[in-house]
Order: sequence, then structure tokens, then C-alpha cells
Amino acid sequence: MTRHLIVEQAGPAVSVQDMGRKGGLGIGLSRGGAADKLAYIQGLALLGVPLDSASIECAGLGGRFRFEAPTRFALTGAEMRATLDGSPLETGASHVANAGSTLDISAIVKGVYAYLTVAGGIITDVEFGGRGYHRTGGFGRPLTSGDRLPLGQDNAPETPPLRLPSPLQAGPIRVMPGPQTTLFASDVSQEFTDVTFIRSTRANRQGVKLDYDGTGFATGDQLNQVSDFISEGDVQMTGDGTPYVLLADCQTIGGYPRIGTVLPCDLHRIAQASAGDPLKFTFVSVAEAEASWASDQSVYDAQKRATTPRIRDPHEMADLLSYELIDRPSDDVVSG
Amino acid sequence: MSDDVEVLPLGPDGILVRFSDQLSEPANRAALAFRAVIDALNLPGLSETASSLTSVFLRFQPDVLRREALEEILQKQLDMQNWHAVPLPEGRTLWRVPATFGGRYGPDLEESADLAGVSPDLAINQICANPLRVLALGFAPGQPYLGFLPSHWNIPRKTDVTPEVPRGAVVAAVRQIIPFANAAPTGWRQIGLTAFRCHDPTQEPQIPLSSGDEIEFLPVSAAELDRLLDESPPFGGAERAVLT
Repeated sequence: MTRHLIVEQAGPAVSVQDMGRKGGLGIGLSRGGAADKLAYIQGLALLGVPLDSASIECAGLGGRFRFEAPTRFALTGAEMRATLDGSPLETGASHVANAGSTLDISAIVKGVYAYLTVAGGIITDVEFGGRGYHRTGGFGRPLTSGDRLPLGQDNAPETPPLRLPSPLQAGPIRVMPGPQTTLFASDVSQEFTDVTFIRSTRANRQGVKLDYDGTGFATGDQLNQVSDFISEGDVQMTGDGTPYVLLADCQTIGGYPRIGTVLPCDLHRIAQASAGDPLKFTFVSVAEAEASWASDQSVYDAQKRATTPRIRDPHEMADLLSYELIDRPSDDVVSG
Repeated sequence: MSDDVEVLPLGPDGILVRFSDQLSEPANRAALAFRAVIDALNLPGLSETASSLTSVFLRFQPDVLRREALEEILQKQLDMQNWHAVPLPEGRTLWRVPATFGGRYGPDLEESADLAGVSPDLAINQICANPLRVLALGFAPGQPYLGFLPSHWNIPRKTDVTPEVPRGAVVAAVRQIIPFANAAPTGWRQIGLTAFRCHDPTQEPQIPLSSGDEIEFLPVSAAELDRLLDESPPFGGAERAVLT
């Protein structure tokens, strides 16, 4: 019998997401899928779930979920305040729920997109090669309380809990030149890499607005460009020269000029930047960009290799009080 | 002859073959034909192709097909003929699509007509006078970029983005018209509304339009459009004919 995950309560931007729908550019469908594909893949790698599966993405606000049957699950991406039947859970790790257990993701503490992956994956119907909610594409809908999500078979139920380190976040975000880069005067491109941008409060799965003190990043002829292909990660300058970095649900064709494309391996940092976070960019050559490229499968394999056993996490010791750690700050508990 | 064609990077696993950086009818024909020729090569490591108004996008797997190798193949094909002189593909369809213009369904009609230097009535006449070609599908599933309106319709996009126009919104900018597939933000001006759905899971085909097809708008009253929205006949009441 198929197990289910029951959505008891969901924030406004909780949805099923996956690696996206490939091959739709010709009809005007962008790839979509998880806004932070690295964090999504980490969830799969922690459980050994294959790449063509699906998980739950919680943006900004979390939700409450109930497991019908014993289920292994993983929490990855944004740092969240999550409990299983009241006990705190570690992010970037896999856990086991009992039949009837309730997972409460009550808040996202740092970052934006949190992923709940379940062993066996979510097996809702595939539409156009994917299961993910894609608003501009017109596929699916956000999850709401009462939704029952069917889960696939867990092929390795005895796997012990694992954890993965957070991805490194050092240095400026790398941008490669694109078809419109040369439309921008060299001093404008220079300013683009000199400025420290602030992630705006305006952001969603289509793109993230960047704030800054300055005059704007205009080309000579901003409003009359011939519309052309957009790539996920493109840094688009709207009519008044305001930069937006385009994410998974971006349009496929657009007329605003783009100064370059954020490398796929750095795009998760844009997706996970919280409002107010500083962001800096640097240009890299096409050759450097290519050297950084990795197939989804190789990213998955590398994450799987990076997993380590998660043993004796004080968070999961029921008799925590007996360890006399109660007076120490919770951070020490985690590290100890 | 391909002197003015550019082969450009678009992402670490993408190449854009741009036949013109200006809106151009021959460049649109070239893009349609070039994509078809590349598709027919069935290149290992080439995962996806698409054509836009004046360009072709190719997504490749860099671990299977090197950028330099793909660029060489593309250049060889570009050199083989004058792509700007190729004919349109065969088997195209003419769609006659009812739409209403101005009023509450076309809040920006007057401003758009003003920018084009004509009265709102003349604007509607000019938009509906001739069939417009599907130059590309893009932005959202099945959504066509239609062109070309006469040159005085080379009106710019707005400096501010309209937060949302509804599904079926008929918008105008830079000598083109777009009927919107879904509710979405846009920098184009909304001049009308149609019941035609660019992507309709209840119809076959779900994506009715192909690049190269043509759309002729039939102006109807707001009351008639309300009826079409209410009764939702197949393809929003549009009629089809084979183009020869």
C-alpha cells in the first residue's frame, strides 16, 4: 500500500519541486524545479533517492506534515527551526519518523528555500516531464492543508542517519559574459563588479531584485531590444536599469538586456540570500565558467560521497536533562 | 553567406546563434530553418534546441560535446547556404482569433495608439488588418510573439513593469503583439483581451501554435468576449485554416 505524507498546515509558498522540466524551451517553458538545486540534490543524496524524484520546497515559511508510516526523511537548504514530535532536528541531515509522527517546520532562520525530502520520493503525477509547481508555466499549485502526497518505495530503509556539510559561501558570485554583455559600456560593467548589492525584499522563484546606491545599469537602448533567450542565472536590467537575477521559474524569452549569467554552481547563493544580505559579483571567462560546470548526476554523486554518519546527536537524546547540559547555550549542545 | 551571424555563449552549457540583433523578418525565417537543420543532425550531447525571434539556442552536455566542437559544426552549417533567403516551413496554420480591444480589457490602448501616432480606432484596424506571424513561442508555454506591425508601431516597452496582466491579455510593443498564456508581469502595454488559450491541457494539441503559423485578430465587442470567456469554446472561438 502506498504511504502518504499529509500536509497539516502550509505557508503560502510550499510546493512539490524536482529537478525541473527539461526540453521545454522551444515551446516557452523554463526548466523550473527547485529554486536551490544544490540543496534539493543534498536531500536526495542523504537518503539515496534518485535524481528523477520530487521533494517539498518551503519558501520563507514552513509547514506542518504528518507521516502515515515509518519514513526516513531529510531536511536541507535554508536553516530552519524544525521539530519531530517536539524534538529539535538538525538541518543538512537525515532523520527517521515513526508512523503518525508530526514534523513541524515552524520557522526559516537563515536563507529562503528549505527542502523536505522523503525516502522513496514524492510520486504525484508527472505532467510534461515533471512534478513541480511552475506558476508562470501553468503547472501544479502550492500545497495546502489536507493535501495527501503519495510516497514511493524506500529501497534502503535500514540506512543509518547521515549528515552533509553546508556548501561553502566564500568570495564574490561568479558571472560569465552572455550575448548582451557588450551592450553595456565598460565603465557600467566595471561598476557592476565594484558595487556591493543588497538582496531586496522583492524576490520569488522567478527572480531576485538587487538594491544598490547608484544610477542604474543601463545600456544605450534599454527599451527597444529584440527579445531573445534567457538563461536561468541571467542578471537582467529592467527599464530603469534595476538588476534582477533570474531563477528557476524565469521566462524563456525577454527583452531587457542581461549583463551576464551567474554560474549554475553559484546560483544557490542568490536563491538563499535573505533580504538585506550583501552580494558582490565578479566576471569570469567562458573557459572558467565551463571548467566549473558539472552535470546534475556528478553533483549528486559528489554529495553522496560527502555524507557522514550522524551519531549521538544530543538533539535526539530523549533524556537530555540527565547529561547536565541544560544550562549551556544550545550552540554548545550542537557542537558538543 | 553568414557574415553577420554571431555564435555566442549563453550559460556554461548553452550557445546562441544570433542571425540579427535587430528585429528582422529574414532573420526569423533563418532561425526557424537553421533549428530544423540542426535538429535533423541528431548530435550526441546536444540536449535541446529552440528558436526565438532572430536566434537559435542550443543546450549541450559539456561532458559529452565540447563547446569548440559544437561551434565548429554550427559554423560549417552556417556557411552552407544563405540562411536569410530560406523559405518558411510548410504545413503552417492560419488562426482567426476573436479579441476585444480598448475599454476595461485594453487599459493601455489609447497610450499605445498615441505612441504609434494613430487614433485608437485606426490602431485596432491596423492590428487586425493583416495576419501576424508566430515569430517564436516563449516567455510562457505556447505563448507567441506575433509580428510584424507597420514600422510606426515600434513603440518602446514601459519603464515600469505592470505587476500583472491576466491570461489572454493582448499586449503590444516593438512592432509585435502577444496574447498572454498566463497571468504575468509585463513591461508591454495591454491593448485588449482574448479567450484564446496558448496552452490548454483540455485540447489537442495542448500547445496549438507553432512558429511560422499566423494569427489574424477578429475584433469583437466586450460583451461577445465575455460570452466566449463564459462558454469557453475550443481555442477561445478561433477558426483554423491551412496556409498555402
